[in-house]
Amino acid sequence: MKTKFNFTTGAQPGEDCALSDLAPGQSGQVLEVDTSVAAGRRLLDLGFLPSTTLHVLRRAPLRDPVVYELRGYRVCLRRADAARVRVRVQLADEDDA
Amino acid sequence: MTAAPFRLGLIGSPNSGKTTLFNALTGLRSRVGNYPGVTVERREGRLQLGGGPGNRGGVVIDLPGTYSLDPISADEAVVLDVLEGRIDDVPPPDALVVVADACSLERSLLLVGDVLRRGLPACLVITMMDELRARGGELDLARLEAAVGVPVVGVIGHRGLGLERLRELIGAPEDWSRPPIPPPADRLERAGWADSVVSHVVTTRAGHNDVTEAIDRVVLHPVAGTVLFAAVMVTFFQLIFAWATPAMDFIDGAVTSLATAARGATGPGLLGDFLTEGVIAGVGAVVIFLPQIVLLFGLLSLLEDVGYMARAAFVVDRAMGRIGLEGRAFVALLSSYACAVPGIMATRTIPSPRDRLVTILVAPLMTCSARLPVYALLVGAFVPAETVWGPIGLQGLVLLGLYVLGALAALTVAAVLARTLLPGEGLPFTMELPSYRWPTPSLWASQVWSSAKAFLARAGSIILLVSIALWFLLTFPRVEPPAELDEASAASYALEHSAAGQLGHALEPAIAPLGFDWKIGVGLVASLAAREVIVATLAQIYAAADEESSLRDAVRNDVDPNTGEKVFGLPTVASLLVFFVFALQCMSTLAIMRRETNSWRWPAFAFSYLLVLAYGASFVTYRLVAWLSPVGGAA
Repeated sequence: MKTKFNFTTGAQPGEDCALSDLAPGQSGQVLEVDTSVAAGRRLLDLGFLPSTTLHVLRRAPLRDPVVYELRGYRVCLRRADAARVRVRVQLADEDDA
Repeated sequence: MTAAPFRLGLIGSPNSGKTTLFNALTGLRSRVGNYPGVTVERREGRLQLGGGPGNRGGVVIDLPGTYSLDPISADEAVVLDVLEGRIDDVPPPDALVVVADACSLERSLLLVGDVLRRGLPACLVITMMDELRARGGELDLARLEAAVGVPVVGVIGHRGLGLERLRELIGAPEDWSRPPIPPPADRLERAGWADSVVSHVVTTRAGHNDVTEAIDRVVLHPVAGTVLFAAVMVTFFQLIFAWATPAMDFIDGAVTSLATAARGATGPGLLGDFLTEGVIAGVGAVVIFLPQIVLLFGLLSLLEDVGYMARAAFVVDRAMGRIGLEGRAFVALLSSYACAVPGIMATRTIPSPRDRLVTILVAPLMTCSARLPVYALLVGAFVPAETVWGPIGLQGLVLLGLYVLGALAALTVAAVLARTLLPGEGLPFTMELPSYRWPTPSLWASQVWSSAKAFLARAGSIILLVSIALWFLLTFPRVEPPAELDEASAASYALEHSAAGQLGHALEPAIAPLGFDWKIGVGLVASLAAREVIVATLAQIYAAADEESSLRDAVRNDVDPNTGEKVFGLPTVASLLVFFVFALQCMSTLAIMRRETNSWRWPAFAFSYLLVLAYGASFVTYRLVAWLSPVGGAA
């Protein structure tokens, strides 16, 4: 077993964090979305709904935005918008269920 | 039985295949306009149901793509307003076709549920069934129909599969089933509804799109992706500068032989002058850009069709975010290198109204292909063809500098406008990365053809009219020159006393601080129609033959009769080049701005601010270069 140290996040499986703190390759389950601003409501429309499982695919070469895969499609968000989503980090293969 | 035609609304999220379906149902004949008060495109087309009996006429409304009926901007509110009949002159649809992509059904059902709960007769069209199957997914359409309670048709839009069934269905909306219980109004409950529908109907989940994944691993790789992005940009400029040249030379030759033939047929005299100098030279000076336009549009729509444009926007989004715009604005600005008109049309993909407007306002600063002949003439005539280093020449460097100056100006103005003009809460940046697809050659060809056609129509209308008007202004009133003048001086004397010449003289006080004389003044007035017209104008003024070299020599050697100095000294040339970097001399751009922003306010603003910038920058350039260059400094 090789342990990868991740410089950008200390988020471990089972922990809660902001979606923007997930690293590429990690998966998470949406806990809640900050809908106090219109931008948050749009995230719900895009499928970032509680209990939705999502997967972080990759970052842009300049590290922002980030591509997420959820509900059968790929969408990219800037980190500032992704920060409105709280997720529970999942084990790497949990999403393949 | 009613007199009003049956109205069918097409509703779906962006990238759902809605537009392909609209084209299939209307046979590409659509009427494009704007919804009042917003910059949202309104598209309607006549329903083409084929010749079957019982088919009635109808209108298809292509509603703007949306993820939700809960609008977070004025532009997004249009969809709901149309559905509820709140917009004057837009009667609400009688029935809806909801379009959803098979692969993202889980997400699409959120919108589907929101539409269905509102009670209009609706049917559901599932697109991209082929991609779902290619990814190993299975979707039971019969079960989906039972689960949502409305008729369901699966189509593969670009191959026309399933369209027959859909047309039959549309013919009889009164027979459509309605959901026994409408989907819940609450968003989270509706998500639960969507999930339960999906678990009933998706018999096998689609896997990842392995091909797209593999391509993205390279295309979006931090190093490889950046290199590819740079390569695409280089190819892009290579198209403008190098690969279009042979075809442009060919057209140039054809225009010259046409002028010679016309001259041969008419003989000397006014009619011959009119045909060769007025019509053929004027229009020919513009038609010559057709190869560039075709190549650029070809490349841009190819990149769009295969799915690269979204990736390019993704790669540059952060850099664009610095100036307050987003990745898709970059794509629009890139298109503006070909021509600001398609660039401004490409801003439709930008969801945020503020970002759209800012992008539209700065698009004219990107160096469009119409500036190229102006730059080519002046740089070719006045910048020595010296080699700087290796294959890099001084002329090329100056040309590159002009392109860079335009781009920097566009980004700076965008940053200023984004912070001052319309600040306020932006929309979140969200963009789908569609799966890569093979382009459909026929569709691609028809896109390129329609842009070529639009360009030629412009050359055939605006440019032709301006050329003709200009010829008359340069020719009349006819003043008999004094007998002692030689032939060349006599022509110049007649020109100076023509209507255009007098206009140029009247302008001189205003443009003298920029180093421009009356001849350039005439060229500037004419170039208000389109930038490249100044070349045709100078060609007419200097009565030069069509070969570029002779016009080049004529401007190089022109001497002011009063001062004995050259008209085009280095300060004047630099000032004129800078003027063209900034000024918005293009009627087509103003017209498209008017259409896209739905008012004359923004085109007027763009024209004014760019004129002020152009005047100021030219003035500074003229003074600076005059101060730097030796006294009496002719180039």
